[in-house]
Amino acid sequence: MLDALKDELLSQVNAAADLSALDEVRVSALGKKGRITGFMKELGALTPDERKERGQALNALKDEIAAAIDARKADLAAAHLKARLEAERVDVTLPVRPETEGRIHPISQTMDEMIAIFAEMGFSVAEGPDIEDDFHNFTALNFPPGHPARDMHDTFYLPDSGDKKMLLRTHTSPVQVRTMLNNKPPIRIIAPGRTYRSDYDMTHTPMFHQIEGLVIDEATNMGHLKGCLVEFCRAFFDVDDLPLRFRPSFFPFTEPSAEVDIGCSRKGGELKLGNYGDWLEILGCGMVHPNVLEACGIDSTRYQGFAFGMGVERVAMLKYGIPDLRTFFEADLRWLKHYGFVPLDIPNIAHGLTR
Amino acid sequence: MKFTLSWLKDHLETDASLDQITEKLTALGLEVEGVHDRSKELAPFRVAHVVSAEKHPDADKLRVLMVDTGAGTLQVVCGAPNARAGMKGVFAPEGTYVPGSDITLKKGVIRGVESNGMMCSKRELKLSDEHEGIIELPDDAPVGAGFADYAGLNDPVIDINLTPDRADCAGVRGIARDLAAAGMGTLKPLTAGHLDTTPVEGRFASPIGVSIDAPEACPLFVGRYIRGVKNGPSPKWLQDKLVSIGLRPISALVDITNYLTFDAARPLHVFDADTVKGNITVRLGREGETLAALNGKEYALDGAMTVVADDERAEALAGIVGGEPTGCTETTVNVFVEAALFDPVRTAQTGRRLGIDSDARYRFERGVDPAAVFAGMERATRLILELCGGEPSELVIAGAEPDWKRSLSLRPGRVAALGGVDLPRDRQVQILMDLGFTVEGEEADGRLRFGVPSWRADVHGEADLVEEVLRVHGFDAIPATPLPRETVLTRPALTLKQRRVALAKRTLAGRGLSEAVTWSFLSGPVAELFGGGEPGLRLVNPISSDLDVMRPSILPNLIQAAGRNADRGFADVRLFEVGAAFRTPAPDGQDTVAAGIRAGAAVPRHWAEKARGVDVFDAKADALAVLEAVGAPAANLQVTTDAPGWYHPGRSGVLRLGPTVMARFGEIHPSVLETLGVKGPVVGFEVMLDAVPLPKKKGGTAKPMVQLSAFQPVERDFAFVVDRKVEADKILRAVKGADKALVKDVAVFDVYEGPGVGEGRKSVAVSVTYQPTTATLTDEAIEAVGQKIVAAVVKATGGSLRS
Repeated sequence: MLDALKDELLSQVNAAADLSALDEVRVSALGKKGRITGFMKELGALTPDERKERGQALNALKDEIAAAIDARKADLAAAHLKARLEAERVDVTLPVRPETEGRIHPISQTMDEMIAIFAEMGFSVAEGPDIEDDFHNFTALNFPPGHPARDMHDTFYLPDSGDKKMLLRTHTSPVQVRTMLNNKPPIRIIAPGRTYRSDYDMTHTPMFHQIEGLVIDEATNMGHLKGCLVEFCRAFFDVDDLPLRFRPSFFPFTEPSAEVDIGCSRKGGELKLGNYGDWLEILGCGMVHPNVLEACGIDSTRYQGFAFGMGVERVAMLKYGIPDLRTFFEADLRWLKHYGFVPLDIPNIAHGLTR
Repeated sequence: MKFTLSWLKDHLETDASLDQITEKLTALGLEVEGVHDRSKELAPFRVAHVVSAEKHPDADKLRVLMVDTGAGTLQVVCGAPNARAGMKGVFAPEGTYVPGSDITLKKGVIRGVESNGMMCSKRELKLSDEHEGIIELPDDAPVGAGFADYAGLNDPVIDINLTPDRADCAGVRGIARDLAAAGMGTLKPLTAGHLDTTPVEGRFASPIGVSIDAPEACPLFVGRYIRGVKNGPSPKWLQDKLVSIGLRPISALVDITNYLTFDAARPLHVFDADTVKGNITVRLGREGETLAALNGKEYALDGAMTVVADDERAEALAGIVGGEPTGCTETTVNVFVEAALFDPVRTAQTGRRLGIDSDARYRFERGVDPAAVFAGMERATRLILELCGGEPSELVIAGAEPDWKRSLSLRPGRVAALGGVDLPRDRQVQILMDLGFTVEGEEADGRLRFGVPSWRADVHGEADLVEEVLRVHGFDAIPATPLPRETVLTRPALTLKQRRVALAKRTLAGRGLSEAVTWSFLSGPVAELFGGGEPGLRLVNPISSDLDVMRPSILPNLIQAAGRNADRGFADVRLFEVGAAFRTPAPDGQDTVAAGIRAGAAVPRHWAEKARGVDVFDAKADALAVLEAVGAPAANLQVTTDAPGWYHPGRSGVLRLGPTVMARFGEIHPSVLETLGVKGPVVGFEVMLDAVPLPKKKGGTAKPMVQLSAFQPVERDFAFVVDRKVEADKILRAVKGADKALVKDVAVFDVYEGPGVGEGRKSVAVSVTYQPTTATLTDEAIEAVGQKIVAAVVKATGGSLRS
């Protein structure tokens, strides 16, 4: 008789289509008024021997049914989950939610790269105002009165302030002057910043950026100038054997003065940097002129050193293949997206400078 | 500065190759910009004789020539109007590359007549723009000779970029001297041939006298009258020299002055003496005076300019350009030759003001050798007598040779100490002597005294002597030495303020804005819209009226950039710039500002998102993010609603720390956008990076101990009905202040105005987080703090709990 019940209940369990049907089966079998429970209640009326035998059989049946219910439950849950997941299917080829990614301007990135290199050589960054007077921009730098650079054709002037002729700095050299006036040697600084000259054509913009360097102590000589710039250029352009050529030149504020060329190739109209036999001018430098040291309150019989300067846009154009200077200042989103840098790409010698 | 290899060899005895010479020139600081060797390009072109010229049977404007090329007679069809029998010209056979027209000649049949090559024009040979007809050569031109050889074009032309200090190398002589010092040969003496500067004896007194009225502008003027000259074309050697460097031969007298200008950096002027009225005076120009110059233009003169005048008027701009009325012509018989010194600064300024770039100005503004005035006059006299004949007067001299003599001392050890390369004392002395310096003695401490040559006005001190030695020895020989480290590890290169600039940039780029770099100047009216335009910040000489005032704010540039991007079809713009904004012209009158704008869609149309345009809270978020990144105490900032006039008055704010403005943000005022021609809305912000206080030095890098509570936080929501003018910030502050120990966080999650809350009122719903630290919160405690919060908000706002 119990076998028949077992078969019946098992078939009911297996036939239960969902969790609630299964629960109904459970209640009908094992609930307070369930059929197995009912038989259990009848046990008291039996003899001890019968009770024992019958009890064991009922317990076995109860366990078997309970196990079947649990198994069925797991199956149903799995089937339910499977159905739910199937129903939840989405089209993963749809595009993601819009995220906006900004860019760092190549000028900032290039300056950060330069700062990273010069920081390794012990330079710190000095800054100064864009609006200068002619003492800091010219006179202290040994520009004689009447020098063409002082001309209105080249330099932007502002109204005089008292007896000072005010102007927009034409180089970041006034930062060197201010540094020397306010600090005692040894000095080792770089001065990045905006500079201005009255020129606007294919290759000139009225505003551009420069980075200059200044080292003043008792022993720095032209050999150190060469060593410093060779290291810089090779690291910056990421060309280990980049040759440098130092040519004698002329600047009012240095003596001796040199212009520096780096090796390149122009074959087929394409510029490549490296040891290819051709040369490209990249920066100006020299030993700080004694008149400049004296104008800045530094004893030129005891101290000496070098200075150099280069155009940030120019080296950025060379390094990153940017063809037109004027586009740097147009804030064209397409240009910024293309030539700009992602914000986490922070130049760092440890990580490598260039992506 | 251009010259040819053979011209150089007039002064330099050398067997160095062209390559060796050009390499050395650059190493000396005479940077070679180009070497143009025309002999290769012109090799196929030959002198030819036109034996006959017949009209083309089928074309009126063409002729059929029989041309004797020296290697046979060929038939050539030619369209030049001057092609005729008997003339001599330049012939190019088939297969020749013609540089002026960039074609290679092929054998052709022109209207049925065979043509084997071409008779060439000057333009085809790139000799000039002349293309009216074919080149005509003199009858004595040898048929079959190479044209380059015949015309003196077989001489490599070297072009150097001369630095402004090297006045001496504006003449071939100076260049030769540098090369000789650097071991490229020996300098020839100025005693023979066309270099001869030996004085010529005058045969009579000059009928034209000379005086100087402006000694500061002209210290020395030497003149000589030469009578009975015959001016005409100069000889071939002289014409070839001038042509080779791109000058046009004019007449013997003019060519001689041009020759000496380039050969000796000694510009001269030759007046037609018969057109000079009375005597010559060097004086300053007069207001209202004009000069009809030799370049065909007329110039207005004034008192800042130096002129060479006769008794009637200014006849030349001193050191720059001569005057047409007194210029030499083919018929000139008597001449007055000028060799003078003019002030470099005045010459340069006058030249720049009048826009005259002449070969004379180029040299006078660099400084002409003060000791070579007489030598220049004697050389010129000898050349004129040789080429034009005539009889020279005695010299007339006004002023005197300025005292140019000076001596400088050099510590021989200085070359190593400053230059980084050690050279023996004797080698240093030899280099300087080869450059024309004289040894004047040795001092007790070993210093050497050198006399500076008259042509080196650029050498002033010991450092210059070091440079001369190094330059000739070669900068290449200086060893590259690593810069010694001052400390084993380098210290940070940036100050905190400088790092903040970098942090601001990368924070904003991380938020989706792209960095722009825009002009520091903008137009006056735009500056005024943004609170700027004060007189001290207006450029005296702007490059254009759009760029004439220093910017008071970065925003207008960014807004205009947004407009340009929108015009290109990109209306969703997110841009920032970190840079200077100018208040005053003083060194402390510029502020470092991080500014940015957003325009168009904040969230674009997208299948999963609700599209929306930018609003003031986008700008506020940017400003707060920058402030947070640079370490401003963002939690302690107050928001006020008094943003400046370029913001929308109802949709803008100012973030302050106490009274100090840290940032401004908001929608840009619609009328400002309209003036700038940009479609709105545009939102923007300006963070005053310099105003953010630097952290107080507390010592150590440790952060305060973190307090992590073991007890569950509890969140409760409240809605308050308040007057619609009550600022949310007031509610938030009241909530926070109700129980500072327990209330950890409060956020506004809904703001509602409309039915149910009453006219002129709004409901603000906030979610408050309580964070117990000592025990789990009981229901009673939660209830109690809730009551405190309600009471605080009611008190602060006059509102009530929404029921």
